[in-house]
Amino acid sequence: MNPDSIQASEPSPCETSRRRFLSRLSVLLGSIAGAIVAIPSVAFLLGLRKVPSVWRTVGKLDDFQIGNTVKVAFLDPSPLPWAGVTARTAAWLRRTSEQEFIAFSVDCTHLGCPVRWLPDANLFMCPCHGGVYYANGAVASGPPPKPLPTYPVRVKGGMVQILTSPLPITSS
Amino acid sequence: MKRNPRQIVKGMWSWFDEVTGVPGWLIPLAKHPVPHARKSAWFYVLGSATLLVFIVQIVTGISLASAYVPSTGEAYHTLAFISTTRFGSIVRGIHAFGGSAMVILIGMHAIRVYLFGAYKYPRQMGWLTGVALLFLVLGMAFTGQLLRWDQTGFWSVVIAAEQAGRTPFIGAWLGHFILAGDTAGGATLSRFFALHVFFIPALIFFFIGFHLYLVIRNGISEPPKVGNVVEPKTYRRWYKELLDREGIPFWPDAAWRDAVFGLIVIGTIVTLAVVVGPPALGKPPDPSIIGASPRPEWYFLWYYAVLSLIPRWSENYVIILGPAILIVVLVLLPLVACKGERSPFKRPWAFGIVAFIVFMIAYYGTVGHVAPWSPRMNAPPLPASVVGVTTGPIAAGAEVFHDKGYEFCHTISGYGGIRGPDLSYAGDRMTPAQMETRIYSGATNMPSYNGNISQQQLSDLLAFLSSRRRRPVAPAILPKPSK
Repeated sequence: MNPDSIQASEPSPCETSRRRFLSRLSVLLGSIAGAIVAIPSVAFLLGLRKVPSVWRTVGKLDDFQIGNTVKVAFLDPSPLPWAGVTARTAAWLRRTSEQEFIAFSVDCTHLGCPVRWLPDANLFMCPCHGGVYYANGAVASGPPPKPLPTYPVRVKGGMVQILTSPLPITSS
Repeated sequence: MKRNPRQIVKGMWSWFDEVTGVPGWLIPLAKHPVPHARKSAWFYVLGSATLLVFIVQIVTGISLASAYVPSTGEAYHTLAFISTTRFGSIVRGIHAFGGSAMVILIGMHAIRVYLFGAYKYPRQMGWLTGVALLFLVLGMAFTGQLLRWDQTGFWSVVIAAEQAGRTPFIGAWLGHFILAGDTAGGATLSRFFALHVFFIPALIFFFIGFHLYLVIRNGISEPPKVGNVVEPKTYRRWYKELLDREGIPFWPDAAWRDAVFGLIVIGTIVTLAVVVGPPALGKPPDPSIIGASPRPEWYFLWYYAVLSLIPRWSENYVIILGPAILIVVLVLLPLVACKGERSPFKRPWAFGIVAFIVFMIAYYGTVGHVAPWSPRMNAPPLPASVVGVTTGPIAAGAEVFHDKGYEFCHTISGYGGIRGPDLSYAGDRMTPAQMETRIYSGATNMPSYNGNISQQQLSDLLAFLSSRRRRPVAPAILPKPSK
């Protein structure tokens, strides 16, 4: 038999309304099936990992000289087991007095590139677009829209600790 | 009854035809008539070449995915491993050059369709599905270079998050959505892997299917001819008459050119993969290694350059509105200009627009490659051959010039950056007093050194800069700085 010759018979009015009901029912049931799969899948994607801020030890108090700005590396607040080296993060840390420190983000506020500290020039400089910050984090020149963010630092039991923060994102 | 093998194969084929109908449908499809393109025939190979390279990407992509581990801790090592094997390195090379080839070919295909006016009635949807494919291919290109997950790959994610951060209202959320959380970490890479390997390819499959269906339904556009004006009411009838009159079967009369060009393209990609090899892996994706200077791949260099050169106040608008306007223009094109002349000779602005776009991408791509706005932070101290002396204030000033970071932005005799003016002959152009003012006051793109340079350093620096002349001047007669 030729498949093209298969045709539904001419519907009666009763048949028409039954079919309309059945098509709407099918669309509705299909949508429900789709939604109960889509909602958890999308919700999982949109659920971003919030991590608590924690204090990370970056060294002994005596390791830091007053006035020096050094790079310190420490772990993410809650690294995933497979994160590897990506779980590391860094900050520019300066000992400003016997018990006081200031820590700057390494991410340029322009587009997030890692800024470098130029010890002789007393400046932070970004390799991407030449953004420059003064030693206090204020914008010296170039495209950065905001000063370098700072992280809270404390000295506890002779250890220097930095409070981890989310990656700073400059929004308009 | 004895049958020869030929009869057996024939019997199987007709059985397959009877139960599936595929041969009876496929053969006429392959032989569907297309316009006789004559002198323009070679312009019609770009779309099929894009498709062929996409298939190359699928094959090499599956091959790579069989060894790649999409975890932020392992990805870099698995890529390093793939690169050390003989064929792994070639497959990586094919996949990388194939990615570039896709960007080039889909761009050329779009330009061909635009110049030929082939986006007009009834092929508007062909153009629109093509625009979707263009952006999906760019999405593949971006996510692909990031999966390399070396230092540049890592910072690409951070920069993408920062760019998304400029979106009004939802920027900060969007930025963290790209990172998959508060920080770039274990969860970040997996979602780009899923995008690159499942989500975007699925969309590409869908749009390629739709695109090809439309090609069959509406027919390949005939080469434009001055005076052949597209009139939606009569076009389909006119096109059918054209095919009846002088159509040729796609297979093999037109397809052989696709085969020739396809082999040239794939041959070039494989040759480059073997001879040049895959892109080198950078340093590991350790965010605490600060020495990174991330740069985009060549296809985004022009955009990087534009974003770097536009006035600062416009940055937030351009980052978000620029791509949005591009999409709107590309979508509106076939809807607004859906009929009329197709010949580019009657649409001279089409040549102008294409020339402008190609020039922009080439010119700003070159500028982006040089990146004059980036300080050269690895500039070595000026050698004695440039400084001219090894002791005294001029030599000390040359050291200050390097150590205080001036050299990262200013060139002297071929050394240093090009962010600021070339200071090779600074002594000819400025007096020490003018230099001093500039050093203290700074400028838009230069930090002020007020309070950041000692009197001694300043006086040495001025001595050094003043000695930068076309004709050197004896140090003794150089003017002393004020104060």
